[in-house]
Amino acid sequence: MTQMSCRDLFSEAMVEEGSTLVRRMEICVAEAEKRSGKNAVNMQETFTVYLIETRAKRTKQNSPDSLWRRYSEFELLRNYLLVTYPYIVVPPLPEKRAEFVWHKLSADNMDPDFVERRRIGLENFLLRVASHPVLSNDKILHHFLTEEHGWKEVVYETGFQAKADSRIRALSATFRVRNPDKRFMEMKHYSDQLQSHTSQLLRARARVADRLYGVYKVHGNYGRVFSEWSAIEKEMGDGLQSAGHHMDAYAASIDDILEEEEHYADQLKEYLFYAEALRAVCRKHELTQFELEMASQDLISKKQQHEELATGIVRTFSFKGMTNKLFGQEAPEQREARIKLLEELIAEGEDTVKEKTVECEEHVERAWVDMQRFKEQKDKDLREALINYAVMQISMCKKGIQMWSNAKECFLKM
Amino acid sequence: MSVGTPRGLASSGQKPIAEILHPLSAAEEPLSVTVNLGGDKTTRVEFDLPEYCVWRRYQDFDWLRTKLEDSQPTHLIPPLPEKFVMKGVVDRFSEEFVETRMKALDKFLKRIADHPVLSFNPHLNAFLTAKDLNKRQGLALLTKVGESVKYVAGGYKLRARPAEFCAMGEYLDTFNQKLGTIDRIAQRILKEQSEYLTELREYGTVYSSWVGLEDELRRPLEGVAGCVTTCCGALEDLGENMSQDFLPVLREYVLYVESMKNVLRKRDQSQAEYEARLEAAILRKQEDRSPMPVEVEKCQDKVECFNADLKADWERWQSNKRQDFKQLLTGMADKNINHYEKCQAAWESLITLLQDKQTEDKTSETN
Repeated sequence: MTQMSCRDLFSEAMVEEGSTLVRRMEICVAEAEKRSGKNAVNMQETFTVYLIETRAKRTKQNSPDSLWRRYSEFELLRNYLLVTYPYIVVPPLPEKRAEFVWHKLSADNMDPDFVERRRIGLENFLLRVASHPVLSNDKILHHFLTEEHGWKEVVYETGFQAKADSRIRALSATFRVRNPDKRFMEMKHYSDQLQSHTSQLLRARARVADRLYGVYKVHGNYGRVFSEWSAIEKEMGDGLQSAGHHMDAYAASIDDILEEEEHYADQLKEYLFYAEALRAVCRKHELTQFELEMASQDLISKKQQHEELATGIVRTFSFKGMTNKLFGQEAPEQREARIKLLEELIAEGEDTVKEKTVECEEHVERAWVDMQRFKEQKDKDLREALINYAVMQISMCKKGIQMWSNAKECFLKM
Repeated sequence: MSVGTPRGLASSGQKPIAEILHPLSAAEEPLSVTVNLGGDKTTRVEFDLPEYCVWRRYQDFDWLRTKLEDSQPTHLIPPLPEKFVMKGVVDRFSEEFVETRMKALDKFLKRIADHPVLSFNPHLNAFLTAKDLNKRQGLALLTKVGESVKYVAGGYKLRARPAEFCAMGEYLDTFNQKLGTIDRIAQRILKEQSEYLTELREYGTVYSSWVGLEDELRRPLEGVAGCVTTCCGALEDLGENMSQDFLPVLREYVLYVESMKNVLRKRDQSQAEYEARLEAAILRKQEDRSPMPVEVEKCQDKVECFNADLKADWERWQSNKRQDFKQLLTGMADKNINHYEKCQAAWESLITLLQDKQTEDKTSETN
């Protein structure tokens, strides 16, 4: 059997329908490293690069293909996906800067714990994209995973940046759209709520973590005072001294406990950012619907103008009508010219309306499918996250019981 | 011994158990002291019934203590809970305050009843039997004043304190310090836990408020909110226990240390008095060859008695202290274990609930 590389797997993908990339390929973000280099304005900067390793599953490839990517390249990939697939709820990247930190965690991007959690987040992003029925087939994604150099140029060449909707257009659509699909409006409302709840939860959790840290650490003081006290005691001395050590251990145990809880916070954060992606799909609907409405409106008004010119009947107020009355009617040749022009514009307008209708309907259809997929994924993931949280709490309780039981043993020996 | 002196309480295990029951509510109510005579009734000549009740107020306990201190100056008298509480700061009629005070008074009586010498004291007898203690209150005040004058005026200088009593003094100083530190740590923990509790409650409500938005996630979210609430309750109980059971016992020992130091001082004074008299007598003897006056010998006896009593009491106190602290700290560990057990049970039942739902869903899907 010939050694199959990951590149070959991509061409296979075109043939195999319905099978996502992740089934055929192992993807992982294996390492993170600090690098130094010159940036766009020729200034020295330090940044982190992440090692992406890929391996074809079927052929038991010996060593994986690998390349290094910066966070900004991941961002570029995502932006490309957002523009190219506006009907897909695109998986989010891990946060750019550390937020919702409780006091002990640093908000420094170079902090090794932050970098590690980011590495995991980036891997998660790639796995989500590679297991998406639509996104996993994208060529740019495939290049991202296999071509270290020249990838950026390829992305820019797609011209995706030009296709991006301007903020102003999107915002204006939101306000002025008349008949958006009800389901999308509900989904948009849901995304707002989801965002609000997850961010509230993240903030509250950080405050709780802070306080819990305080409680555990103060118990460490018992360790010291028991030790000092044991020095003046005879029979009680040993018991007190050992109990003191257990109190120290108890105080120290909170560090690992809270470190683990950060994974739960990361899961919540993913869905906080997912909410934004969901909202983007809804807004895209508003935009396509709005553009369709505008195009239809424009067509109607042009048809009306045509009718007026052709029949001479003025239905609605128009400046042309006004000026005609004031300055006299125009010459018949001019009128003919204008009627002809309008007919051309109407034909164009009808094509535009057809286009926009298709665009709008396609978007609705495809987006609805993906939103359903997203909902199922969200329910499953968050349910798992909550169960894992409960498991973490149980583990914390067990540790606490262990520590206090150890201390109790020592007290009994006093 | 004069007639009518009641026989002391037998110390062979048939001690009466003085128990303090619930007080009635409202102002400075007297507490009900139940004296339950365990064992053989025949050893109890002076008591009418095997179990009976008397009502006593805090100031009656205070009277008893003063009388015991005066009549048994060589012995260590257990302390009372603090007499004066600032009206604005502590609610003297709150259930917790009364309960705490009651437990301390209960301990006080039990310690006296346990003591081989103090339990024979006639004042204890009177305390436990007299219908009306009020008449004796006035005298008590006067005697107390008299004693304090004597101590202030004293000022004898001590030659050489025996090493063991020096060691006792040093121990008490260090022990006192450690007690203070533990008290502060416990208070700090209470404060931190209370702040944690506030945040935890808020945290629980965030889960609850999310429930309304979801359908599939409703159960897990409600479940987590419920568990958090349970943990809040468990934490509240823990805090209550610390402030009602743990801290009062610590503070009681601080008072005990004060009493002990007092007794050491009295011992020093009696030694000083003896040495002064001895010196004076020796000088006189050198002058006129008169024999050693009886008072000097009596003084020497007194000092030796004091030392012996004190040593015995010290041993007993150390042993009791060891038991008390073993109990106190084990109790603290138990309460903490209890707290975690409650929380663990809540989270475990949530997982069971959610996993059952999962298998339920799967079977309904395949059907």
